[in-house]
Amino acid sequence: MRVSLFIACLSDMFFPNVGEAVVRLLKRHGVEVDFPQDQTCCGQPAFNGGFHSEARRMAQQWLHAFRHSEYVVAPSGSCVAMVRSHYPELLPEAAEVAARTYEFTEFLVDVLKVEDLGAQFHARAAYHHSCHMRRDLGIYRQPLTLLQHVRGLELVEVPRQELCCGFGGTFAVKMPEISAAMVTDKVEAVAATGADILVGSDSSCIMNIGGRMAREGRPIRVMHTAELLWEGVKNRG
Amino acid sequence: MGSQSPVSFQERVRRALSDQRLRAALAKASENFKVKRTTVFAEMDDLAAQGLTLGTRDQLKAEGRRIRQHVIDHLDAYVKQAADSIRSRGGQVHYAADAHDVGQIVKQICAAKEARTLVKSKSMASEEVHLNAVLQAAGLNVVETDLGEYIIQIDGETPSHLIVPAIHKNKQQVAETLSKVAGEALPADSQKLTAFARGRLRELFLQADIGISGANFVIAETGTVLLISNEGNARLVTSLPKTHIVICGFEKIIPTIEDAAVLVSLLPRSATGQKLSVYTSLVTGIPGPGEADGPEELHVIFLDNGRTNIVGTEFEETLYCIRCAACLNVCPVYRNIGGHAYGGVYSGPIGAVLTPLLNGLEEWKELPYASSLCMACYEACPMGIHLHEHLLNLRKRAVEQRLPPWYEKVAMKALAWLWSSPRRYKAVTSLGRLAQRLSGGWYPPPLSHWTRSREFPKIAEKSFRERWSEINGAE
Repeated sequence: MRVSLFIACLSDMFFPNVGEAVVRLLKRHGVEVDFPQDQTCCGQPAFNGGFHSEARRMAQQWLHAFRHSEYVVAPSGSCVAMVRSHYPELLPEAAEVAARTYEFTEFLVDVLKVEDLGAQFHARAAYHHSCHMRRDLGIYRQPLTLLQHVRGLELVEVPRQELCCGFGGTFAVKMPEISAAMVTDKVEAVAATGADILVGSDSSCIMNIGGRMAREGRPIRVMHTAELLWEGVKNRG
Repeated sequence: MGSQSPVSFQERVRRALSDQRLRAALAKASENFKVKRTTVFAEMDDLAAQGLTLGTRDQLKAEGRRIRQHVIDHLDAYVKQAADSIRSRGGQVHYAADAHDVGQIVKQICAAKEARTLVKSKSMASEEVHLNAVLQAAGLNVVETDLGEYIIQIDGETPSHLIVPAIHKNKQQVAETLSKVAGEALPADSQKLTAFARGRLRELFLQADIGISGANFVIAETGTVLLISNEGNARLVTSLPKTHIVICGFEKIIPTIEDAAVLVSLLPRSATGQKLSVYTSLVTGIPGPGEADGPEELHVIFLDNGRTNIVGTEFEETLYCIRCAACLNVCPVYRNIGGHAYGGVYSGPIGAVLTPLLNGLEEWKELPYASSLCMACYEACPMGIHLHEHLLNLRKRAVEQRLPPWYEKVAMKALAWLWSSPRRYKAVTSLGRLAQRLSGGWYPPPLSHWTRSREFPKIAEKSFRERWSEINGAE
């Protein structure tokens, strides 16, 4: 089985450890991983802004990078939602590859049928459900299943967990006051759980929540699900 | 009509966000409605398993959607059938193309009846055409009788929620408002305030010449006007005055009473988390021989006001909306800014879609962007309206009409150019890293909008793609 890693630009630029964790975990389960160097951005910022021809241009680049891939896997629900839900209309020739594109936890649980990675991580962790992953892709149980199997990890629920963190792509800079109010609420809810770690499966959302927590000086570590799982696997040696 | 207040959208948002009392009230109400709604639907699914309801939420949602779609697909036929049924039971039917028409029709009826005082039960369609202002300008005394509407009418406000119009006011503020009418200071006590309003409104019900209501649905087969309320005022408005006027959007017509059963199973549950609201009134024609109660005249005004322009477009399913406000109650944006910030009569996600569609995108161009596209609205909508898709479609239309500011267009064009080539993409990463190192924490707009309230992450020393060969090589 061969997987092409679709890193998604935020993880590429800001959080390369997320990509590394994904690669190591996939390889550990016997998956061959390649990284198409021609990939850039899925075009979601332009698409959500209504700039479809600009988004299409980026989608074409994406398709150019992944057209021959057996599976495409990304550590970002939002970017997978862009590809799977919007490419078929934006760029019909991408529909087939789009259907072979998976979010990382979804791929582990639903395709590889792995639930227990044998990881160990002693912490109290709050999981943030990303909106596109949950409501657009319908991926809810998969990341939780993987995390529930981590020894020593106490998973706590964030109050009003269904509320958006306020990232929303360009929303965060186009409606900055509303976005700030939303992320402030979210940070308060996360802090109320007494968690040491905030875990999420979308670098964008956790960059937003983490950015606010850093501004407020909250001592809560922010981790991508893949990072926590990989560290947990390393902990077991 | 439908023009914006002189206060800009951004300013309205800022005012709302700085109103802590408003935000606390909204958060409390949103949570309350959400819990009640999810509980009552879970109960319904349990009952469905025992064969005690018409179906599960999903089944009724699919059926409700089918009914609404069927009507919109055959709108002309159903409008005609509804009109024929109303006429055959002694009612009169009027068609209003816009707000002006509604005002003219109602004023003509008032003149013919020599009416002075009108009582109204809650009607978003009448809000949409700003009927009260029109009638008051004509020297008529028109009084809202839904408690929330009564309160905001005194203060000259518009509703800030579809079903809880005075949600933005707390007890103390309501007491201040009602005290103006009482001419004395009323205590901030819910029961006492309600009793005061009830006393005032009873007198008005008895002396009113005309009652005006909206319609939750109009049943085409029988010409029945279906009204849902919790205060009983709709019943008094539609039965005490000698003349009853109904204002109803075209799209509220449904074929049969069986269809009404499906939709009424969804509406109060989605709206307030009630299985049924306290009153579900079915008003059919004028009293026949031997029937003592009810108005002598019934007028139904079918309102277009931009609706038929939506039929046949990609936005058509927005006409399935049953005005339950579930999308407002789950919206994290509405929860923070409330209804007035949206500026139109309709607020929340449905308002962000409907207001530009009904009143013009150019004038309301900010609204489609007042959403993080989190899809909570779509999940909550009992008609399954893809509100997030409509927001996206409106943004696309805005770009086609060149409504976004020039710098946004430039930025997007630049982004598409830079990021449609891996070489240029890599150059951006390197330049960004350098700029970040040199700028000492300073960011230009739009990144400064981010850093106003959050830290911005550092671009990694080595991006993932720069590390790929090293990661891939090592085992």
